[in-house]
Amino acid sequence: MFDILFYIFAALTVLTAILIPICRNPVNGAMFMIASFVGTACLFVLLEAYFLAILQIMVYAGAIIVLFLFIIMLLNVDKVKHLRPSIVAQVAALFALLILSLGVGSLFLSGAANPMPEISVDSTASMARNFGYLLFTKYMLPFQVSGFLLLVSMIGVILLSKKLPVTTTKVGEDA
Amino acid sequence: MNVGLESYLIVSGILFSVGFFGVILRKNALVMLMCLELMLNASNLALVAFSRYNATPENNMMDGNTFVFFIITVAAAEVAVGLAIIVQLFRHSRTSMVDEFNTLKD
Repeated sequence: MFDILFYIFAALTVLTAILIPICRNPVNGAMFMIASFVGTACLFVLLEAYFLAILQIMVYAGAIIVLFLFIIMLLNVDKVKHLRPSIVAQVAALFALLILSLGVGSLFLSGAANPMPEISVDSTASMARNFGYLLFTKYMLPFQVSGFLLLVSMIGVILLSKKLPVTTTKVGEDA
Repeated sequence: MNVGLESYLIVSGILFSVGFFGVILRKNALVMLMCLELMLNASNLALVAFSRYNATPENNMMDGNTFVFFIITVAAAEVAVGLAIIVQLFRHSRTSMVDEFNTLKD
């Protein structure tokens, strides 16, 4: 039963992810991205990380995609002409494809699927309490740093999105 | 047929490579940012799978999940800053194609 669910969700995640770079219109890409993230959240559920699944849907599908769609609408980038990637990029992509397929293939061949270990229901990642406990004890410093990072990025975004003056006075130009 | 750790890793690897090729081959800055998100997402999936498959009843291995928590935070911050930069670039040169942004080169 879980196997069938895994294959369904994995197919949903991967197929919609492949459609993101293929779509010419970024709006369609953003829509497929929602589907891909929902598929990933379903995979998180299969891995018994329920809290992370909810977080994934709330943060990615709820906040990030909305931000993307908002910017796409704001910029009004309609279907732009399809530019061919440069020859360097194509060669690099081919090389990367070779290496990545080598890695995935070696994973595939190294088989020996050991089953998921049984852990008690209390200790799964479903518990937001476990997260809170870890965040405020073992990972206190990273927690503070990520809070500071959010503050910094907020200030940065406010500064970036301010309309800059067109003419900047050079040093020593007018005195 | 049992779904093991490597099945999740294969899915994660495919997701990462799709994002990677999107970043390399596309010219639209918005699509590139989306593909970056896809790559972060793939790493999240691998982390959750690793921490779940290495868990024992004594040690429930929450470290990988906590790491994913931080990655999601950083991804949100990154998207906000990246989109602000794209908006500024669009205001500057009326396009979102990265090929056009060559002011520093000339």
